[in-house]
Amino acid sequence: MDLFKFFNRGNSSKDVARERLKLVLVHDRANVSPQFLEMLKGEIIKVISNYMEIQTDELDIQLTRTKSDDGERVVPALVANIPIRNMKNVGK
Amino acid sequence: MGEVLVITSGKGGVGKTTTTANLGTGLSLLGKKVVMIDTDIGLRNLDVVMGLENRIVYDIVDVVEGKCRLKQALIKDKRFEGLYLLPAAQTRDKNAVSPEQMINLCNELKEEFDYILIDCPAGIEQGFKNAIAGADRALVVTTPEVSAVRDADRIIGLLEANDVRNPMLIINRIRVDMVKKGDMMNIDDIIDILAIDLIGVVPDDENIIISTNKGEPVVTDNKSMAGQAYRNITQRITGQQVPIMDLEFDKGFLGRLKRLFGIKA
Repeated sequence: MDLFKFFNRGNSSKDVARERLKLVLVHDRANVSPQFLEMLKGEIIKVISNYMEIQTDELDIQLTRTKSDDGERVVPALVANIPIRNMKNVGK
Repeated sequence: MGEVLVITSGKGGVGKTTTTANLGTGLSLLGKKVVMIDTDIGLRNLDVVMGLENRIVYDIVDVVEGKCRLKQALIKDKRFEGLYLLPAAQTRDKNAVSPEQMINLCNELKEEFDYILIDCPAGIEQGFKNAIAGADRALVVTTPEVSAVRDADRIIGLLEANDVRNPMLIINRIRVDMVKKGDMMNIDDIIDILAIDLIGVVPDDENIIISTNKGEPVVTDNKSMAGQAYRNITQRITGQQVPIMDLEFDKGFLGRLKRLFGIKA
């Protein structure tokens, strides 16, 4: 069936479902407006930019869920993927 | 001291009642003393799915209002040793029972039963709050559809907010043929999104409809795949380690040929 997957790669309907779900859940879980996330994103960019050069257009911030350290509970988590271009020298 | 498990989903029609009926029956077959409570007041159905609709005299609202004793309202299922049903009222609304009354009811039943299974209504309003009030554990039922998974996610959040810890997931009505074609989310996709532990996967099986027509839970059918899936879940509830069953079992000629050559399709 791998052959089948090969021809189907990237556009199977379950992948579409998965991606749509992930997006909609970001907002459901946050229980906040998209503006709130945009504001948060803006602030984070501002702070980090003081220390390093980052690729702002590639920055991705999501509210999601993860297992707590003891594995007993599911806790909300803020996951940020911030590609760094260059370190600035202010810290030295 | 018994354990209270609530079977919930958020979205309607994903199989909460069928799951409750089968897990309740399955646990009784393992020799446990079990009571199933239908908390879907106004839209009761666990009675018909169990084939016990003609035996209802009193219901859960009569119990909490003191119109009868708890023992009088419990319907004993004569087919399965140790299995009882506490039906919902059909002519009242969800506000006829309060969360405090549910907690008291659960505590009273815990004294006598090993497992108390609560069939939760769809939605996140009063009926849901009542159903989870006395619960020790939650089983969240979903199907591999965006709407059901989205609602399951919301329910998981609400369970956490209400201190029902560590909910476990049941993925219902999965279709292996569609998963293989990439037209249905698979088990890993759903677990990845919902981030909770899996307790079982139930394949889409027409035997469910046939058995529900007759009012006999499919868990008693040794030939049915769904029945096997429910038996596995009941064992996991009691703490036994049972591997997730292989749903890819292909009965056809091609399937046999593939197995002959060791191809895992």
